[in-house]
Amino acid sequence: MNQVVHTGAEGFLHRYEGLKDRLPGARLPWLAALRAKAAESFRAQGFPTRRVEAWHYTDLRQVTQATFDEALTLVEDDIVLPKAHTANRVVFVDGRLRSDLSSWPTMATVASQIGRIEGRVMLPAEPMAALNTMLFEDGMLLNIPAGTDAGVLEILSIASASPRPTAFHLRHIVQLHQGAKLTVLEVNQGPDGTRYLHNPVWQVEVGEGATFTHARLQQEGRLAFQLGSIYATVAARGTYDNFTLNAGGRLVRNEIHTTLTGTGATCHMNGAQLLSDGQHADTTTFLDHAAPGCASRQTYKTVLTGKSRGVFQGKILVRQAAQQTDGYQMNQALLLSPDAEMDSKPQLEIYADDVKCSHGATVGELDGDQLFYLRARGIDEATARSMLVRAFLQEAVEGIADETLREALDSAVQGWWERQP
Amino acid sequence: MLKIEGLTATVDGKEILKGIDLEVPTGEVHAIMGPNGSGKSTLSYVLAGRDGYEVTGGTATFNGVDLLGKAPEERAALGVFLAFQYPVELPGVGNANFLRTALNAVRRGRGESELDAMQFLKVARARMKELSMPEDMLKRGVNVGFSGGEKKRNEVLQMALLAPKLAILDETDSGLDIDALKIASDGVNALRGPDFSALVITHYQRLLTYIVPDRVHVLMAGRIVRSGGKELALELEASGYGAPQAA
Ligand SMILES: Nc1ncnc2c1ncn2[C@@H]1O[C@H](COP(=O)(O)OP(=O)(O)OP(=O)(O)O)[C@@H](O)[C@H]1O
Ligand SMILES: [Mg+2]
Repeated sequence: MNQVVHTGAEGFLHRYEGLKDRLPGARLPWLAALRAKAAESFRAQGFPTRRVEAWHYTDLRQVTQATFDEALTLVEDDIVLPKAHTANRVVFVDGRLRSDLSSWPTMATVASQIGRIEGRVMLPAEPMAALNTMLFEDGMLLNIPAGTDAGVLEILSIASASPRPTAFHLRHIVQLHQGAKLTVLEVNQGPDGTRYLHNPVWQVEVGEGATFTHARLQQEGRLAFQLGSIYATVAARGTYDNFTLNAGGRLVRNEIHTTLTGTGATCHMNGAQLLSDGQHADTTTFLDHAAPGCASRQTYKTVLTGKSRGVFQGKILVRQAAQQTDGYQMNQALLLSPDAEMDSKPQLEIYADDVKCSHGATVGELDGDQLFYLRARGIDEATARSMLVRAFLQEAVEGIADETLREALDSAVQGWWERQP
Repeated sequence: MLKIEGLTATVDGKEILKGIDLEVPTGEVHAIMGPNGSGKSTLSYVLAGRDGYEVTGGTATFNGVDLLGKAPEERAALGVFLAFQYPVELPGVGNANFLRTALNAVRRGRGESELDAMQFLKVARARMKELSMPEDMLKRGVNVGFSGGEKKRNEVLQMALLAPKLAILDETDSGLDIDALKIASDGVNALRGPDFSALVITHYQRLLTYIVPDRVHVLMAGRIVRSGGKELALELEASGYGAPQAA
């Protein structure tokens, strides 16, 4: 029997053709039409190449040259889960809900509610989001009513071990109504020995005066690709607080689009990238100040060891209407190895005249004077180095008030550090 | 006893120490004075083991143990403590965490048990009170935003906590106000005893009225050119170092 091997965009389009009648909501005309439109968009664009400006520093050939299969886990398969950080946890395995492994009283997912979310599934223009729209099977559906504090929820995405590369595309849809509050700890993990592509999309809508705290631990397996995107809007006086730790994966992109749509909205986008030999991680942010009196803060820190490569691209757009904008962006990298490389590209585009906007970028090594000071006090070199690396990350981390999130983050940083040769 | 013989050292290929001979017997406090740029800080860094200070000849031993081949932290474990002329700021490293990590490292080296957070706080608070340091300094980043005098006091606090056997104080008095000078000196005097030695680098005779030295040495152009009793400091204060001697 002859088998045609489909790689790259063609492979995924081929898969869509084969799967489209079985995907969740296949019989809903609006969704079938949306997926068809997504397929068209993805077919037209393909996977981004380095010729696309937004992808200049990240080469996807490792992804496009691979073939990905459907994940074959069955619902009854045993899977070893990491320890939960919170009482409420929802578990997705290979992009599908595992309710038997989850504990969350009001659990609604995109697949379980698919008949009721017409008009709420976005089709963003970017090719990775189009791919997600074409093929998503499930994701968290969070609808927090006005004035409600929904507490802390952990969302775990885990990939199962598989001899062949697999791909999955979680679509999470989050909506906070006026004055609502929610904290999500998103944990992404997978086995080190499996090559897989995780291509999640988050749609986030923060209502007036609402607060969404979103901490993400990206700890995918060593061979994994994660190309994730967030599309968030924040209404008047609302707050979107995002912290992303990029510690796992082989090739990772964390792309965040946030639009501040109402007066006095606030956005914090912070993150740390901890990269070891062979890893490539790219954080790309688009911050759109579309309303007056909004504040945005971005602090990203990257620590690189071995032959690793980090990318930060951050664009702040201040529209004409967005007077009294207060924007700040800082991106710093610490190179712990001569073979590591960091590329950064900050971009300000300002059309309003009464604006306070600043950005900065630094790339450096551990400070010899600081190291000597610690060692002169009896602290051994390895401990001294780890103290300084943590100190470097401190500024990005210190905004996290929630104890659970902080502890989760601390142990992730510690775990990364201990794995370094 | 600290014993330095024929010590020569270069920085960036430039010879700064040109053959230092110096002995500080156990239990004694010696002062080093000398013009700017004569090599006093260089000597202290060489003894503490800073990178980039290359020893090209001679020896330095502490209680018979060779110092020069050891890592800075090993020297600290032997009881060597350097109070920096310019204390380093460590943004993001909390002062309390730093002090406790250092104290426990040194205690481990001495075979003593480590202190937990509560035990440490008790000890640290007591020492800070003696040095009239506000407690909130524990919460701040190490030396971050500290005034010049506060940084020096933080050095003295570290010395008091780590209880070294050999303290090298590099211009710890510079930048201290009159009261702080007295308090810092009390901190050094409290450690004095048969097992403690100190090398006190200073430009000012006044410090030596509080910390009375057993000997005073003059370092010029990388060599000890004169040594004497405590009255030598008074004489230098009156007449200066004179013209630098030809190397
Ligand atoms: N990295 C360097 N490269 C070249 N010369 C250096 C370097 N570091 C120090 N020196 C020189 O070494 C000499 C001794 O410096 P050192 O700091 O030991 O002097 P000092 O006696 O402590 O002076 P002060 O009283 O001003 O503190 C000076 O001439 C200084 O310029
Ligand atoms: Mg000096």
